[in-house]
Amino acid sequence: MSSNANPSAASPSASERRARLIAGVSGLMLSAPIWAVLLFFLVLPICMIVVVSFWSATEFSFYPDFNLENYEFLFGSSVTYTVFLNTFIYAGLTWVFTLTIGFTVAYFLAFHVRSQTWQIALFLLCTIPFWTSNIIRMISWIPFLGRNGIANSTLISWGVIDEPVEWLLFSDFAVVLAFVHLYTLFMVVPIFNTMMRIDKGLIEAARDAGASGFQILVNVIIPLTKPGIMIGSIFVVTLVMGDFITVRFMSGSQSANVGRLISNDVGLLAYPSASATAVVLLATVLITIGIMLRFVDIRKEL
Amino acid sequence: MEPRPTSFYVLAVFFGLFLLFLYGPTITIAILSFQGPQGGLTFPMNGVSTHWFVDLFEQQAVGDIWGSFGRSFALGLMVMVTTVVVSVMGGLAFRKRFPGSTLLFYLVITSLIIPSILISLGVGLIFNRLGLDVHWTTSGFGSQLTWTLPFGLLIMFAVFNRFDKSYEEAARDQGANAWQTVRYVVLPIIAPSLIGVALFGFTLSYDEFARTLLTAGSYNTLPLEIFGMTTNVTTPVIYALGTLTTAFSFLIVGVFIGTAILATRRRAKQASDAGKGMV
Repeated sequence: MSSNANPSAASPSASERRARLIAGVSGLMLSAPIWAVLLFFLVLPICMIVVVSFWSATEFSFYPDFNLENYEFLFGSSVTYTVFLNTFIYAGLTWVFTLTIGFTVAYFLAFHVRSQTWQIALFLLCTIPFWTSNIIRMISWIPFLGRNGIANSTLISWGVIDEPVEWLLFSDFAVVLAFVHLYTLFMVVPIFNTMMRIDKGLIEAARDAGASGFQILVNVIIPLTKPGIMIGSIFVVTLVMGDFITVRFMSGSQSANVGRLISNDVGLLAYPSASATAVVLLATVLITIGIMLRFVDIRKEL
Repeated sequence: MEPRPTSFYVLAVFFGLFLLFLYGPTITIAILSFQGPQGGLTFPMNGVSTHWFVDLFEQQAVGDIWGSFGRSFALGLMVMVTTVVVSVMGGLAFRKRFPGSTLLFYLVITSLIIPSILISLGVGLIFNRLGLDVHWTTSGFGSQLTWTLPFGLLIMFAVFNRFDKSYEEAARDQGANAWQTVRYVVLPIIAPSLIGVALFGFTLSYDEFARTLLTAGSYNTLPLEIFGMTTNVTTPVIYALGTLTTAFSFLIVGVFIGTAILATRRRAKQASDAGKGMV
């Protein structure tokens, strides 16, 4: 370096330390915008929610205070437990379906489609809906599931049922169906990604050793795909647990999950109570993720 | 080539059904949006017309659709540019070890998995306590960044994990300084991936609902406007709007993907200038 007037004076460790210092400073400067955004729009809001969850509220306003009433009310109400149970059931059912469908789709793309061009084209076809509006995609189910919708009229014309089934739209069935519809690609993408990185030689080796297609799937592909499965699962479970709009729309406001509990409180301007519920929801999500993360190192898998 | 096993055909049918499941509803409302003036929300079609699209352009009773579209578009562009710039900077930062990098990484992951309504609620509360008005260009913009930045950063992580560092070393050996190395070597190499980051930035912002719900203020973005319509509009006009905005999304995705393919091709063509002499 030209500025280094006396190179012999700099010991290796000193120049190393200097390089590390430069790297540290430039790293800090380059990451400053993310820090700024996340501190102001993520960390601060979470702190604010935690603080407000101890505040008191009147019918029209809320004011600083320190009481545990919001939590006492939350944990004292049987509705809370029903709603949390509901949230877990939605998450569990959606997880099972998205994983089954997502794995099968990714497996087909990664191991059965032979040309790379087709692989990319079909993969893109699976991901494009991700870039369109979720709300429109929910609305799109109305002509399908409605009382006089396609599903009902088809079933009637086949003679399966005599009169329209009522539980297709605005029901828990519709909620889970919409979740699966919206979030399966969060499974497809990471699973496909890990599958593409599996050394094809391993599969050939298994075949040479006499493994059947099914044995290869169970003993080679599934274990090697675990990281992708975990990342997809984390996405799906957190999205479903934090959702409120899909449940509200697809159940016709007849079912509730924790997100709806919060948004209802917000609608009533009961911010302290909404905050307390939000804190419990965040804790639940983080614990769930913490358990899931024990099985995979995300940073290594990118 | 060896013959395809039976499982291929079974899986191919499954995949076809999956695509039908993905696109079927969208195609259905696209067809129904051409419903005749007397038609309802479900089949049968009561004639074919563009009545509901005309309605959308004329009738202002359904709300401020074009205003909200304009805001969503502008916000999408703001979020897109910010996401690209900040993600590239962040991607470069995370290649080195800097104080707090592990904490920042976990914050990014938290931002990705935190229920959206918490961001909405928290940001709304902060603006309330600071005495600021929530507005889509301030609180709405920031809230959306907490959703788009993690995606942008994850893409950058993936890009830089596969980045061949010898290009940079070569540049440095030729006497390029740090900025020149980034500007003339790193950025051109990662450019096609930046198109991907931009696509995420724009579309995720354009369609975002939950994080904007309590942070957009008195002027709605398009998804908020559409959601408002679902509670009081019972005619196919909502399908017409859905069809238009989905078509717009497809157009955007098509433009981005097309650009990415072109950029990759052009680069492949110009990949090596060996033997062409100095310019």
